[in-house]
Amino acid sequence: MKAPAPAWASSLNEATMEAARATLGAALLDTIEIAGEVQLHVTRDGLVAAMTALRDTPGLEYQQLMEIAGVDYPSRAERFEVVYCLLSLTRNHRLHVHVGATEETPVPSVTGLWPVAGWLEREVYDLYGVLFAGNRDLRRILTDYGFRGHPFRKDFPLSGYVEMRYSEEQKRVVYEPVKLAQDFRSFDFESPWEGAEYVLPGDEKAALPEAKGAPTPLTATQVQKADAAQSAKAAPSAPSEPYAKKDAGSTAETGAGKPGPDGGEPKPADPDVLPGKSSGPAGGGTGGQNQ
Amino acid sequence: MSDVHTDAPTRAEEVNARTAVDPAVEKILHATDSAHAEPGDVAIQNYTINFGPQHPAAHGVLRLVMELDGEIVERIDPHVGLLHRGTEKLIEYKTYAQAIPYFDRLDYCSPMCMEHSFVLAAEKLLDLEVPLRAQYLRVFCAELTRIKNHMLNLGSHVMDVGAMTPNLWLFELREDCMNFYERISGARMHANYFRVGGVHQDVPLKLLADIGDWLDTRLPRLFEDAISLVADNRIFKQRNVDIATVSRDDAIAWGFSGPMIRAAGVPWDLRKSQPYDVYDRMDFDVPVGTRGDCYDRFMVRVEEVRQSARIMRQCLNEMPEGPVATTDRKVAPPKRGEMKRSMEALIHHFKLYTEGYHVPAGEVYVATESPKGEFGVYLVSDGSNKPYRCKIRPTAFSHLQAMDFMSRGHMLADTTAILGAMDIVFGECDR
Repeated sequence: MKAPAPAWASSLNEATMEAARATLGAALLDTIEIAGEVQLHVTRDGLVAAMTALRDTPGLEYQQLMEIAGVDYPSRAERFEVVYCLLSLTRNHRLHVHVGATEETPVPSVTGLWPVAGWLEREVYDLYGVLFAGNRDLRRILTDYGFRGHPFRKDFPLSGYVEMRYSEEQKRVVYEPVKLAQDFRSFDFESPWEGAEYVLPGDEKAALPEAKGAPTPLTATQVQKADAAQSAKAAPSAPSEPYAKKDAGSTAETGAGKPGPDGGEPKPADPDVLPGKSSGPAGGGTGGQNQ
Repeated sequence: MSDVHTDAPTRAEEVNARTAVDPAVEKILHATDSAHAEPGDVAIQNYTINFGPQHPAAHGVLRLVMELDGEIVERIDPHVGLLHRGTEKLIEYKTYAQAIPYFDRLDYCSPMCMEHSFVLAAEKLLDLEVPLRAQYLRVFCAELTRIKNHMLNLGSHVMDVGAMTPNLWLFELREDCMNFYERISGARMHANYFRVGGVHQDVPLKLLADIGDWLDTRLPRLFEDAISLVADNRIFKQRNVDIATVSRDDAIAWGFSGPMIRAAGVPWDLRKSQPYDVYDRMDFDVPVGTRGDCYDRFMVRVEEVRQSARIMRQCLNEMPEGPVATTDRKVAPPKRGEMKRSMEALIHHFKLYTEGYHVPAGEVYVATESPKGEFGVYLVSDGSNKPYRCKIRPTAFSHLQAMDFMSRGHMLADTTAILGAMDIVFGECDR
């Protein structure tokens, strides 16, 4: 990996996936490695048993639950994904556990394993409406008292539905439907040529995107693998001038002039100018005032 | 002895005179009287008080609903979310470069450390190489930020338990840090300095020289002076030692990180164990507490300031010359001068500031050691120019949740010490 990201023991990824397959059994739906991070997809019913095994099995030892993140994929059959980010202090390894959910199917709570899960589950409930069976304090946590809806769902508008102000007449805070002074603007600058759903013929042959940051059909994992394969072949070259031309002779594309006297090349003699004391053009300077 | 006999009728008169009083109050008033039928304790109901959301010791908009038995805390229910701004949702509607300023506004006491996690996460998905000077600059700024954050926290913690002077002195140092911030990035607080692929611009040489002088002269003098007032102070120790003791197992189970877990005796520092940028080249020590109380948390932070200064000095000594952002023009914009001469540079500039760069599809969780603990970003990309989901892992969430068991059985006045030693900022907690 080229990026200077936190260097935990990602060399244990393979061993961890093996150990997880051996330990979790039927509860484990899938193990994926994405961008150098291990994802375990488990069933809802097997979640607590799987988490207990991940925490207590020697060789896995994920002592800390750092984060529970909800993600909304409206196109999926089970639209929500709850992601548990685990950390092993002894093995210096991180792991994600993914479990799918819908509005009707509660996810078993892991508060019995990690007390910290209490608030984290409350947050996912508040923002996505995923229910957690067994969490005895499943109140809203981040949104306002008396808030309705689950704001981080993809179908919840960014502007929300109500706005709040202090009413001078009623001497209290009042809630009203959102009134925008101008239409809500959603800027989409994605190039219409690049956001296409299909892959242009020939693109699939490219091992790497044209450059980092260019649109690519590849995933982060594929990019990392291709990068690793490439850097194994050739040592990374020194960063060059980004716009330096490969053939220094051609100036057709940039319109840049040939290197001047500072470049060390002999200046072509101008037949109209008599050779004088000054080596440069009139005025003795190397260029006009505008330069 | 005869006095006793003469006293008795007067007491009876008194009781008669008070019959107008509420009988419940009457019972309490005479609970310990010899005349009372059942000597001993009388049942007093617990009462609930509301601490905050506007309270100077709440460090922001925290509302604590406390159940008290006399002055002893029985239960605390922290209500957070009063500063919730929907940062994560907003980021889903912004390009990657536009998301960075939102991170400054999370933990507004240590802005650059917030940016750090996000840029590292995006770089991990892009698998982007970052020039060495940029990595040094980011580590340098992150440590400056750590000092800046700890100046505020140590000072306010001291003030919460009753001392005024150290806070004023430490604020002077914090002001210096803000000035350096301004000279680095142009802004005193919301720097927006880190970029995916490096940093925004190079720092002037004079600034590095000035910070070097500051690290050698002003910082140690003022800082050690201020800390010497409290570190061995009897009152300060009485207010902090053995307050809110957290065991190792509790610290791990409650998801503690940063100074909170180190004070509990777990030598866990992401800069050491999972080094990012050039932390693997830095030589520094990780302070660890022995008792896991508020005093340990305070002293761990004090030592961290010294270690941060050490890291910054190493950065100054070792920082190489070179570019401060990746030369990949699909991610980092070209310099203004280049744009005047090169059409290609102009196009890149236009595309970067409208469409932005595309991050390959994938999911990563990247956590860095912010001054308050593990600050993580769980970034889901769908291959477009905007994050599909950007979950921010605040440090305060797990710490504040432990507030209940940490303050149970302590006095009401201890809650401010506990809160001060937790180092909570609501911009980050509520997002």
